[in-house]
Amino acid sequence: MSTKNYSATAEVAHVRTRRTWLHRMWLGLKKAPLTAWFGLIVILGYLFCMIFADLIAPHGEAEVFAIPYAPWSEEHRLGTDHLGRDILSRLIFGARNTVGIALLTTLLSFAIGGGLGLVAAINRSWLDQILSRFVDILLAIPSLIFALMLLAVFGSSVLNLIIIIAVLDSTRVFRLTRAVALNVVVMDYVEAARLRGEKLGWIMRREILPNIMPPLVAEFGLRFSFVFLTIAALSFLGLGIQPPTADWGTMVRELSTFINYLNYDLRLGLLAFIPGSAIALLTVAVNFVVDWFLHQTSGLRDEH
Amino acid sequence: MNSVLITVIQRLLLGLITLFFVSIIIFAMVAMLPGDFTQAVLGQAALEETVQAFRKELGLDQPAVYRYFQWLGAVLQGDFGTSFSGRASSGIDRSRPVLELIEPRLYNTLFLASMTAIVAVPLALYLGITAALHRNGFFDRLINTVTLVSISLPEFLVAYVLMALLAVLWPVFPPISEVRPGADFFDRLYISVLPALTLTMVTIAHMMRMTRAAIINLLASPYVEMARLKGVAQREIIIKHVLPNAWAPIATVIAFNLAYLVIGVVVVETVFTYPGIGRLMVDSVTTRDIPIVQACGLIFAGTYIFLNMSADIIGIVTNPRLLHPR
Repeated sequence: MSTKNYSATAEVAHVRTRRTWLHRMWLGLKKAPLTAWFGLIVILGYLFCMIFADLIAPHGEAEVFAIPYAPWSEEHRLGTDHLGRDILSRLIFGARNTVGIALLTTLLSFAIGGGLGLVAAINRSWLDQILSRFVDILLAIPSLIFALMLLAVFGSSVLNLIIIIAVLDSTRVFRLTRAVALNVVVMDYVEAARLRGEKLGWIMRREILPNIMPPLVAEFGLRFSFVFLTIAALSFLGLGIQPPTADWGTMVRELSTFINYLNYDLRLGLLAFIPGSAIALLTVAVNFVVDWFLHQTSGLRDEH
Repeated sequence: MNSVLITVIQRLLLGLITLFFVSIIIFAMVAMLPGDFTQAVLGQAALEETVQAFRKELGLDQPAVYRYFQWLGAVLQGDFGTSFSGRASSGIDRSRPVLELIEPRLYNTLFLASMTAIVAVPLALYLGITAALHRNGFFDRLINTVTLVSISLPEFLVAYVLMALLAVLWPVFPPISEVRPGADFFDRLYISVLPALTLTMVTIAHMMRMTRAAIINLLASPYVEMARLKGVAQREIIIKHVLPNAWAPIATVIAFNLAYLVIGVVVVETVFTYPGIGRLMVDSVTTRDIPIVQACGLIFAGTYIFLNMSADIIGIVTNPRLLHPR
């Protein structure tokens, strides 16, 4: 290289290539451990099942065939249940219902809890006091018990289920959001924005939210798996998602009677474990990804 | 010592206040009932007089504050009201008092829970401390992966796996835990093995991970390093230096997980059809038998609050820094 054309600025400018966020994500993923890859692939698989359930499933969700308890065959890969519904199709539709409802509930819970938490952190007045004490009281009752009590009063329907679980779960989101936002609210740039005369919405969205994103994203994963397990447990108890909607918790309960025939027909006996494992696999996957994400963002290298 | 006593009393009062508010919430459930509720209980064909009498019994014709204190007073004397079930539209009342329904169930659940706690707590503490001492070793990593997976498993799946293995494939325990009248202690023990084992597996993972985290936290503190540099033996470091400071987090861990047990029994009792209070609550929610749901909810919430409060108090009492006021 001739020294004549050398330009320091050009060299410096060249080194600093600006990467798109997709590229940066790829760089992060390349370094991700095996467990995180496993988790991500599983989650993508579930999303695929959720979105294309109509195309993958061989039969309809609540379509009833002539023969109940049909054995495994070409027509019914996993046989039919006690009402003559195709089990494989119900499993696939179950992905959409179970995961979809849990996702919706978690989003709602973050909208309520996160929003109120931010407001409480910014305006630390009587509103903060009232909300915090209220949340303390709600947290004093175990959420499954509380959900059971509310379902007894309002009756179990999908809408009630989503609202009840979302409101109960938002208390934990509120606590976390408020706690992390309190550290950011005292920063100078927030004060500057306030003096500039920005409105509450702007301060929440543009000044504080970007700075508390990593813990909230990790919490989203954890809360999702908690909500998912709660809804599955409620459905299993027969109080969550109601038939004929296909869902994994209900399927475990319906298929569990076959466990007693395990000695005579292994495939029949193990049927109940398929929806059960589907629930477990997703929670394990989400936990793996959250573990990796927390590791990435917080620099907690020594935890493991 | 004085300041410790004051803090303890403060915690007790705080617990009572929380319980008071919780009781208000639970009481308010009746007020939140939708308008068509009487029909749901008494049936579509209920006579107008029956409906009126029922509404009067619920006290819907009186102010809420008055009703609350009347209810609270009755509950404090152990009277939870009468069950909704057994009422017919004809007006003949075959319902039974809630207390009569709950009492034997509560005994069964306490039996199951204490059986689990006696096994799970020492085991989890032992595993947690061992894992913390051999951090990053093979044992630690194995236990970490196993617990992470078992935390993610729904309780009913663990229950069914155990049932399939120990009750069907290798039938040593009964798959259904029906308590027969006149069963003696060992019969009960035998019947409760599978539910208790399930609860142990579910709670032990949480408890072990939290114990491990608490101990690791303490092992990193300067005074432990100082003791190590002094040449104190590992055993002695644990017993003399780490444990006195670890009681507070460990008490929290235990209380938290015993409280978790409260939730776990609901699902596990349903799987094994164990006649406990958890299954009673689920059945009552299905039939919308509000007085029973209220009583069960109050018992569960009260236990939960009591456990958390005791953890706080143990943490305060065992904290060596608070025992020597400056």
